[in-house]
Amino acid sequence: MGNLIKIAALNLTRYKRRTLLTAMLITLGVMAVLLFVAVSGSFKALMVGQITDSMLGHFQIHRKGYVASIDNLPLNRNLNEQQVQKMKEILAAEPAVASYSLRIKLGAMFSNFSETTNIRLNAVLPEQEAETMPLLAGRILEGDQTGLLNRGEILIPELIAMGMKVKVGDTIVLVATNKEGSVNGQPFVVRGVLEGISGPGGRDGVIHLEDARTLLRMEGVEVSEIAVRLKDIALLPRVAGRIQSELEALTNREGKTVFEVHSWEKLSPFYNIAKMIDLMTFFIKIMLVAIVLVSIMNVMIMAVYERINEIGTIAAIGTRPNRIMALFVFEGFLLGVLGTLIGTGLSLAAIGILNRVRLTFDFGRQAGLVLAPTIGIADVATVILLVIAIAVIASLQPAFKAARMDPITALRHV
Amino acid sequence: MALVEAVHLEKTYKTGEIETKAIRGVDFTIEPGSFVSFIGPSGSGKSTLLNLIGCLDPPTGGTLTVAGQNIRGLDRRQSADFRGRNIGFVFQDFNLIPVLTVYENVEYPLLMVRRVPPAERKKRVLELLEAVGMTDQVDKYPGQISGGQKQRVAVARALVTNARLVLADEPTANLDRETAGRIIRLMKKMRDEFKTTFIFSTHDPRVVNNAEIIFTIEDGTLRQNSHPEEGFHG
Repeated sequence: MGNLIKIAALNLTRYKRRTLLTAMLITLGVMAVLLFVAVSGSFKALMVGQITDSMLGHFQIHRKGYVASIDNLPLNRNLNEQQVQKMKEILAAEPAVASYSLRIKLGAMFSNFSETTNIRLNAVLPEQEAETMPLLAGRILEGDQTGLLNRGEILIPELIAMGMKVKVGDTIVLVATNKEGSVNGQPFVVRGVLEGISGPGGRDGVIHLEDARTLLRMEGVEVSEIAVRLKDIALLPRVAGRIQSELEALTNREGKTVFEVHSWEKLSPFYNIAKMIDLMTFFIKIMLVAIVLVSIMNVMIMAVYERINEIGTIAAIGTRPNRIMALFVFEGFLLGVLGTLIGTGLSLAAIGILNRVRLTFDFGRQAGLVLAPTIGIADVATVILLVIAIAVIASLQPAFKAARMDPITALRHV
Repeated sequence: MALVEAVHLEKTYKTGEIETKAIRGVDFTIEPGSFVSFIGPSGSGKSTLLNLIGCLDPPTGGTLTVAGQNIRGLDRRQSADFRGRNIGFVFQDFNLIPVLTVYENVEYPLLMVRRVPPAERKKRVLELLEAVGMTDQVDKYPGQISGGQKQRVAVARALVTNARLVLADEPTANLDRETAGRIIRLMKKMRDEFKTTFIFSTHDPRVVNNAEIIFTIEDGTLRQNSHPEEGFHG
């Protein structure tokens, strides 16, 4: 085999310019795919990270029907004390769960004593929330990030801070209506201003859970949602599925299920963008396959046509048809390997440079997001194997033609 | 035992409904170590006969035994293996592989056909290159040597596998008079040294005059001349 590879490599040197041009075409294709996968992958990972680590968690548990009417933030669809206790037991028994955060979601009127506006709020237990949403503190643009917040404090979204001209340390009043229709107001000190990010909950304010209970005059424990963080996001489908099936077994007196489980994909519209990115990656890979297939097939067809007489010679002196076929397949293989190696090397260098340059981009209202492309070994290996496999496949037809050539006809060819 | 034995050998080509009898039931034998020439006008069937003996083309009638093997009924792979073991070829246009050096061209059949171990391969290649007087050109490519030198390399390539039979189709057609003479003398020397049988098809009187046995082919039939002088008066 070593001799076949050596002769195939020598054959590629016959027309150096053509070999280089074809290799360059494959190189460009490989670079396009690897860079796209790296850049889009990092964008996706960044966005998914922001969504799961500062807003939604990896999955959430609600009372049945809550998500369908989540725009109204219905207080009458909260989980009660018994249900919350049951959920705590289930989550404590699941080893893949890293942490969870109990939340009350509510809408309120926000007043700075001269103007009033609407605000959506997440009422949380700061320690739980900080553990479950590790990037939330990083979104505090102004104010102290330590400990998230205390009772009597509020984190307000930057749009409201700007629109209502409210600064850190100012006192504001929240007025909310509870589920019985009773209205109550309570003053809060602005602890910090939260960076707004794209997606559900990205422009919500944050208060302490106990403050919400006071504001809403709640008696007993009530929770709107439980955001859950896993030790590894890759475990999400398995763990969410397991908990879902466990919860489906819990029914009320009417025999209906009480809880519902939603992964971040079902809660965030960004999931559709992520799917679109995956689809674009797939189509770019298809284009790469087409480039490799057409360019290698073209070169190999030309190689066979130009060397008909030589094929006749090597067949005449006793080279078996399968060895002749292997010789041409190896030429295509080496061409694929050459283009792929150069393409992979240049792509990894380009990814390294992009990481060093630290390019920034804006997404929605978020400005200055750092583009930090990364690519996994599995993605690189997939592209390398794909290109080499296609190079071999593209060589098969011309190689088969060469192997089947009648030696006499080939020797007569001028 | 004859190296080549043909009995009522026939070759007919079919193009649509038209049949062309290229070889019409010829009988001949060639003994090992012979220096044989097939002569005849263009289209008489010389090359066809060489192709049949060379196991490149199957006969359509009669029997043809080469090196004890009836070659009718061999498939492509068996034919290739048989050629690799028994037959060497020398072509009019030399047919060396341009990307391989002189050494590599001679080595090629041992690498790709016979798969001889490296040490033995090197010994055999150098032995043949010395025999044809090309030891000082081993690293040159075919494009860097003369026509006569190319044909010397082709002869070495044909003999490197210890072929029992070398078939040469018009081996001197592209060479000048002096070089052609040297190539013929070289082939004869190789025959004497390696006891290899050489069979030529040729128009060249210099080849014919060096042949020990001459077969004249005309219109697909064969006549054996006992002396070279009877075969060709160029």
